[in-house]
Amino acid sequence: MLAFILHRLLQGLLVMLVVALIAFTLFRFVGDPINQMVGLETSLEERARLRQQLGLDDAVVVQFGRFVWNALHFDFGNSFQFKKPVLDLIAERFPATIELALVSALLSLALGIPMGVYAALHRRVWLSQAILALSLVGISLPTFLVGILLIFIFSVSLGLLPSFGRGEVVQVGYWTTGLVTRSGLKAIILPATTLGLFQMALIVRLVRSEMLEVLRADYIRFARARGLASRAVHFGHALKNTLLPVITVAGLQLGSIIAFAIITETVFQWPGMGLLFLKAVQSADIPVMSAYLLLVAFIFVSINLIVDLLYAAVDPRIRIDARSG
Amino acid sequence: MTDAVLSVHDLRVEFLTRRGALVAVDGVSFDVGQGEVLGVVGESGAGKSTTASAIIGLIEPPGRMAAGEIRLNGARIDNLAPEALRRIRGRHIGTVFQDPLTSLDPLYRIGAQLVETITAHTALSTAAARARAVSLLADLGIPAPEARIDDYPHQFSGGMRQRVVLALALAASPELLIVDEPTSALDVSVQAQIIAFLKRLCRQQRVAVLLITHDMGVIAETADRVAVMYAGRVVEHGPVRAVLKTPFHPYTRGLMGSIPRPDADVHRLVQIPGAMPRLADVPSGCAFHPRCPHAFARCLSERPNAASRGESEVACWLEDVPSAATEA
Amino acid sequence: MADRSEAGRAIAGRLGVILESDVVHSFRRSAVTVAATILFFVILCAAACAPWIVPQDPFDLSQLNLLDSHAPPAWMQGGDSRFLLGTDDQGRDVLSSILYGSRISLAVGILSVALAAALGVVLGLIAGYAGGAIDSAIMRIADVQLTFPAILLALLIDGTVRAIVGDQRSGQQIFWVLVLSIGLSFWVQYARTVRSSTLVEKNKDYVLAARVIGISPAFILFRHILPNVMGPVLVIATINLAFAIVLEATLSFLGVGLPPTQPSLGTLIRIGNNFLFSGEWWITLFPSIVLVALVLAVNVVGDWLRDALNPKLR
Repeated sequence: MLAFILHRLLQGLLVMLVVALIAFTLFRFVGDPINQMVGLETSLEERARLRQQLGLDDAVVVQFGRFVWNALHFDFGNSFQFKKPVLDLIAERFPATIELALVSALLSLALGIPMGVYAALHRRVWLSQAILALSLVGISLPTFLVGILLIFIFSVSLGLLPSFGRGEVVQVGYWTTGLVTRSGLKAIILPATTLGLFQMALIVRLVRSEMLEVLRADYIRFARARGLASRAVHFGHALKNTLLPVITVAGLQLGSIIAFAIITETVFQWPGMGLLFLKAVQSADIPVMSAYLLLVAFIFVSINLIVDLLYAAVDPRIRIDARSG
Repeated sequence: MTDAVLSVHDLRVEFLTRRGALVAVDGVSFDVGQGEVLGVVGESGAGKSTTASAIIGLIEPPGRMAAGEIRLNGARIDNLAPEALRRIRGRHIGTVFQDPLTSLDPLYRIGAQLVETITAHTALSTAAARARAVSLLADLGIPAPEARIDDYPHQFSGGMRQRVVLALALAASPELLIVDEPTSALDVSVQAQIIAFLKRLCRQQRVAVLLITHDMGVIAETADRVAVMYAGRVVEHGPVRAVLKTPFHPYTRGLMGSIPRPDADVHRLVQIPGAMPRLADVPSGCAFHPRCPHAFARCLSERPNAASRGESEVACWLEDVPSAATEA
Repeated sequence: MADRSEAGRAIAGRLGVILESDVVHSFRRSAVTVAATILFFVILCAAACAPWIVPQDPFDLSQLNLLDSHAPPAWMQGGDSRFLLGTDDQGRDVLSSILYGSRISLAVGILSVALAAALGVVLGLIAGYAGGAIDSAIMRIADVQLTFPAILLALLIDGTVRAIVGDQRSGQQIFWVLVLSIGLSFWVQYARTVRSSTLVEKNKDYVLAARVIGISPAFILFRHILPNVMGPVLVIATINLAFAIVLEATLSFLGVGLPPTQPSLGTLIRIGNNFLFSGEWWITLFPSIVLVALVLAVNVVGDWLRDALNPKLR
């Protein structure tokens, strides 16, 4: 078990290192940082002085070290576009994205898992076929289209829900939350549904196929041969074995949701990190891009690690070493 | 047998495919009495496991039981509603499938799996059920059962897992135990222990045992009576002593010839040429005729009925035991 | 003469075996799958033949007339029979735009999947066959990449290219950058599957025999092992195609994909989005319908293919 944890930690560190390397390469070598920072009239001597001041003439390894050191202190330089520290830009938008992501994830799991289980247990009922068909449509609808459609129906035609923004937010220490105000809650419904729909469809299909696989297993057959009631077989043995791999996928999904938030935030003008990143891509704002990359990599690696640990904690085959006898 | 625990009569199991119905079990009949071991023997694909599945009502679609009767203690069980059949499983019929490792849910402690089986069929409290589970494990020879009962399946070795599975099958004290290949995955010493346990079970608790195997040696050691199956049919059926000493059906003779006997003066093991036919290609008449050294015209066209030959019943058109000289 | 007729009979015989096989049988029995395949091929052919069948060339500025702009579909009041599905703000015929747009969407999708598959299969074969350090290296890179969703990678590559080359890129260049970035985002799943299949095949007798005879590894890989691993690759490729099309549409919708001068379906939807709330719904709706129909068709076929080739369900 300990070896397992260590192995995963090392793997996470490796990923972070590679990402840091890529982010650094972007930061330092793509485009000319000096050009972004000064005007056209600045003389060559000025530029050379600036280069030396910023340490851009030092050895690459040194620069990389400095980059990593700065990153660990959350210093990513200034945004080309906004002329503000990247850290401030990201920090003020971080809560919006995380709230949206968490609400979507919760929604997709809370609805997706029961539907998947139902579709697996009652294969021949028409409702199951309908769920399956809908899940197929769900993964075929691009997220932005779902957003546009929902806005058209619920904002433009029915006027029930807002089509942009976060509504009223409340500051709690560093965090800003929209979940405690009425307008905030109304504002998060459409974006969360848009973001969560695709993931929900994926979960329905995954849970269904996983459960069908489990129901074919020998231990299920043996449980039935022992005369156990259907409820014990389905919701005891089958469900537990089905949900185990689903934990892994659900965790990875959270990472996917954070990435897909870029689309949702654009459609709904949701003031989160994703929208910031998109604007950075559009205007080649390298510092923001590389900082976002590092942050997101860190989040993903952490999620992967937590999921792996959770899996190891729940699966007795990993938690307890096999003894003979 | 009039007071048989299990009575199977003319059982027929079909699999419906788009090419038509494939018959996996074709008119199988046998009885198992109280405290006796009936061995069902044959090569892979003979339909032995399918017969067992049919008895406990766990044939998966596209398979179905097409004809026949199955009686437990005289009462028919093949036409029961699913819920009634479920109550019989475990409580009156215990089943052990082929692979003990995959039969156990890897995420549940074996204690939990034992207790849930016991409480599903008896009125015992959880504590009492757990106590019974411990004593079951002890009966089966698992050391330190009070500690091991909280272990997970992967923490047991192969032989121990087989015992756990047996304990689970016997948890609710059934009258009939069906064991499918109980010794295939085990080494010889463990095999001997399991066989001894089964025999004790019969003698002391009068449990009827249906033992399915491809190993004639196990049959010789354990069974009281034996039914030899080929291509979904019973070709020979009688007391073990008689069938082993004077096998009549050419297939049985072939199986006997393939048992290594260190004392006998044989230079080569007899191998039956050919292979068990696939479900879609069962030969007409007697299914064994393509591989039989004594086949004649009638064997190709008419399927033989079971006829008395000495103490056994044999499905073969031959009138007399063929002499050894005519065999390869 | 005799050779040819014999060969002809042999081919007919093999064709007969294929047509009678379980796979084709399950295909013919599933009406939905047949319908989806037909739909896909209709869109594919229409898109491929776009330059010849469009009523109007939407990119020929001389053909555009601003007076024709904002026209609703032909069957509605104010519609023009020349423009079956209406026009956009520049007077471009929506139907023609859709035909050209589908062409680009499909082209990007198919090419990027081809790239991802080629890259992934080759790397998977090498990793599985060579083993050792090469295998570890490839799998490490795969693990790192897997941490990131495809959309992030595609955006990153796009942004990087934009920073290096600047903003003035032609539609042609953007096309290939998209193919590259989407293709590079998806190779990992192919590599993993092919690698595990290769590991299994590597130890089989026919491979050992070939090695003993002295056949070169490359030949063994491509001639012997590859055909055996194609089944799962095909399933992945089909499902991948759907995702690739959606990803390209998303990137174009976000503004970092194909420009209005050479629009894909995603770009068209983006253009139309600006007019959605002023009531001109047709500019967005029709490209959306075609996009969803296309993706849905591919997904249905992919689903069927996966079930048909799954040995456990046979």
